[in-house]
Amino acid sequence: MHDKVVNEITWVIGGAQGSGVDSAANIFSKTCAEDGLYIFGKREYYSNIKGEHSYFTVRVSNKLIRSHKESIDILVSFDAETLFRHAKDVSTNGIIIFNSELIETSINEIPTLDPDVQNTITEYCNYSGGDPLTIKKLLEKIQQNSIKCYGIPYHQLLKNFSEHTNNPALSKLARMINVLALSISLSFINIDRQALSRAIKYIFRTKPKIAEINVAAAEYAYNYAEQIFQNNKFTFSKNKMDFSDIILVQGSQSSALGKIVAGCRFQTYYPITPASEDSEFLETNQVIEQIDGNKGSVLVMQTEDEISAITMAIGGALTGTRTATATSGPGFSLMAEALGWAGINEVPLVVSLYQRAGPSTGLPTRHEQGDLLFAINAGHGEFPRIVFASGDIEESFYDTLKVFNFAEIFQLPVIHLLDKAIASSVMTCKNFDPNKISIDRGYLIKKIDNKTKDQDKLKHFKRFELQKNTAISPRPPLGTENGIFWNTGDEHNEEGHITEDPTVRIKMMDKRMSKLNLILQEIQDEDKALSYNENSDIVITSWGSTKGAILDTLDELNKEGIKIKFVQIKLLNPFPHQLLEKLLNSAKIIINIEMNYSSQLAKLIKQNLQRDIDYEIVKYNGRPISCDELYRVIKGIVDNTVDKRRIVLDYGT
Amino acid sequence: MALKPADYKTEVHNDWCPGCGDFGILNAIQMALAELAIPTHKAAIFSGIGCSGKTPHFIHTYGIHTLHGRVLPFAQGAKLCNPDLEVIAVGGDGDGLGIGVGHFVSSGRRNIDLTYIIYNNGVYGLTKGQASPTLKLGMKTKSLTQPNVNDSINPIALAFISGFTFIARGYAYDIRHLKDLIVKAVQHKGLAYLDVLQPCPTYNDINTKEWFQGLDNTDQENGKPIPRIYKLDNSGYNGEVKDQDQYYEIASRVIEKSNEWGDKIPIGIFYQNENVASYDERIAMKIDNYIKYPPAHQEIILDDKNKTNSNINELLKSLKVNA
Repeated sequence: MHDKVVNEITWVIGGAQGSGVDSAANIFSKTCAEDGLYIFGKREYYSNIKGEHSYFTVRVSNKLIRSHKESIDILVSFDAETLFRHAKDVSTNGIIIFNSELIETSINEIPTLDPDVQNTITEYCNYSGGDPLTIKKLLEKIQQNSIKCYGIPYHQLLKNFSEHTNNPALSKLARMINVLALSISLSFINIDRQALSRAIKYIFRTKPKIAEINVAAAEYAYNYAEQIFQNNKFTFSKNKMDFSDIILVQGSQSSALGKIVAGCRFQTYYPITPASEDSEFLETNQVIEQIDGNKGSVLVMQTEDEISAITMAIGGALTGTRTATATSGPGFSLMAEALGWAGINEVPLVVSLYQRAGPSTGLPTRHEQGDLLFAINAGHGEFPRIVFASGDIEESFYDTLKVFNFAEIFQLPVIHLLDKAIASSVMTCKNFDPNKISIDRGYLIKKIDNKTKDQDKLKHFKRFELQKNTAISPRPPLGTENGIFWNTGDEHNEEGHITEDPTVRIKMMDKRMSKLNLILQEIQDEDKALSYNENSDIVITSWGSTKGAILDTLDELNKEGIKIKFVQIKLLNPFPHQLLEKLLNSAKIIINIEMNYSSQLAKLIKQNLQRDIDYEIVKYNGRPISCDELYRVIKGIVDNTVDKRRIVLDYGT
Repeated sequence: MALKPADYKTEVHNDWCPGCGDFGILNAIQMALAELAIPTHKAAIFSGIGCSGKTPHFIHTYGIHTLHGRVLPFAQGAKLCNPDLEVIAVGGDGDGLGIGVGHFVSSGRRNIDLTYIIYNNGVYGLTKGQASPTLKLGMKTKSLTQPNVNDSINPIALAFISGFTFIARGYAYDIRHLKDLIVKAVQHKGLAYLDVLQPCPTYNDINTKEWFQGLDNTDQENGKPIPRIYKLDNSGYNGEVKDQDQYYEIASRVIEKSNEWGDKIPIGIFYQNENVASYDERIAMKIDNYIKYPPAHQEIILDDKNKTNSNINELLKSLKVNA
């Protein structure tokens, strides 16, 4: 038998929520990364604690990758549902690892598979027998596509392992089946076995005993599979790359790490998917090593609701502390009123908005970019705010440092747009450099000179001083001597007292709203929008986490000599129209791509540039865009075989 | 130089109605700040929305006039980040016990060291006299078209079961007594609640100053009015939990006392308990230098090149592929 030489594989593991799918995938990702291979992984799960189907896709490659693919090379399963749901996506020459003890299971025996899904799968198999479709029949159909299926009697294997180790208790440990399955799947990949043991020890680093048993079980299962299947392995044409400066990082950690570096010392939150992990990471790492030798800390407050979360964060910000709150759409809806308070009182505040599919509760654990226009418009009345979107995990670290600077330099709330796709993904990227972006606290003043003879000036500090040259006024923290000021949600004068004077009103509105122009002047172009592949008539516009699939698609097209430009817009409010006019100037065809129904960015482009887009690609089924489905559509547009102007992507399980 | 109540006054025109109980509360706060000798820049008065919400503008300390119902989370955020600040939150009964009642209860669970004063008059004054959560069932104040169909909240009892550790009631027209209560509330270690009976001369024509004075309720023998308000400390009542063993005994006493209304209305301290850990003590259990080095005092910048002072090398190392 010959090994299959590959540049990349897509590996998927599925199972009931709570059965160890995530840890198996984390071990797999870590193992491959340890072997010097690039990783992109993503997690999909139901809003459920135990029992519903969850799965993890890990794409492994010998070149940089940033998105997932839909066609599966190795499908790892230990329950029946995973097979019914994913077997159809296994590519020709791919392999399936399944539980041979479940071979007679029929599709109607799985309560978590709703009838629609059952019908789709049955139709896919062209199955019209009188009895319900079984695993056996499914695999028979699948095997027609040169897919190899390997049945594992998991419970028997576990029993054998417990006898092998003289530990009868292990035979009942069904939780370990995930590691058996994972290890067997690795026996089909030419990879350093030692990396597997190291990865298991790392994932279970807080539980050494459990790590030890899992390492032994993995070894046992690996040897078993090698012996009985005599595998022909997937062999990477290139691996063991120098990864000394590469980290494997999850999307729920990167922005939180950025917050520590940025000096965020107070974060509030109310539990919500997919934003909670940001706060939980901070709380786990609440004590912060300072370079000057002191020990700092970030205080994380779980509040009674999101209204409390944002208002508490604003209260904290008034003391000169860098503060943030992290939430998702439903929570952000509750924050709208307080956002305006921060706006009128010119309070620096960062809101990490991890979008998920709405409206209302929507698809609470699924992905969408549906909150762009809401983030820009949330709150009554008019006030300046920055809306800034990160495209991937690595960006979200550096962007977090930037958004705290923006908030303080311009003294306003900044909404940092992230989403479920970023939060639930994991990828290899270059190690973060905490010194790449320095801290800029703007016009924060911690000491106020009291030597002035002007007693009146001393007694009447002007927090909202109207100046000719700048909209930015001095900002002392609460508690600063000679800096007493007032804040109010009412319109206010320079000291911060309530006013309804029509002239002052105009001046204060002008002061605040003029920050929008100031922002466009001060923020560097590369923070407004990034542009990839110049000199092309065809330009893709997009924002946020679609970046990965777009760049991977462009890589594929480049290989075929097709060059397409991509403009990733990061600063979404105020909208950088001048820069975009420049970037889109030569475009003959604009393709706008977004994970929402109504192409919200396209509306902004139309509104600000008076320019229609030519093709809109949207997706709103809750599953992130895969690079292969995007490739097909873009290729179709280039080849002129797409006859619609609006293309709705629908891939996803 | 000793601080005087006048040092805490601003020049802002006060537009409360003539005769409003709010003036008494404002004076009492200024007198208490002077007596406590709190430097003007070390205090921050937070307020909600309504007539009471304007209070900070009349006080020469940091003054934060927040959103309707949200004064407590704003105030807590500031106090948590800078525990050196003396934080006093004020608001109306609609503000704190209607739209903001969720925060009222949740704040009790934390016991953060600050003082919350509710100007309690039974009506929404600034929106022209609607019934507030403390207006009794069946009452028909001036602006209501029909008697109040909702039962009232008992703020003293609610504060108690929510976990406030200092609970008192004052009367807006007994300024000295109120000032003493504010001083004690501020000195209390933990979350203090002060309910202030504050007649609204414009919209509450039932619980008026005259009603509290008992002008409608004269002694049959000598014809003198019998004041409804009486002082708890003159009545032998003691709600202080010195030892946590006394808690349940005092708890029933607090609830019983909180239900007194009508011809006898107690003012004074209902409950005080410093045995309950304040929130800063609870944080210090997990962040041991929190009190000495709270968020607002942390140096986040290392040097004059504005490099970060945070060292995340260990965290990054744990993410390294070839660790």
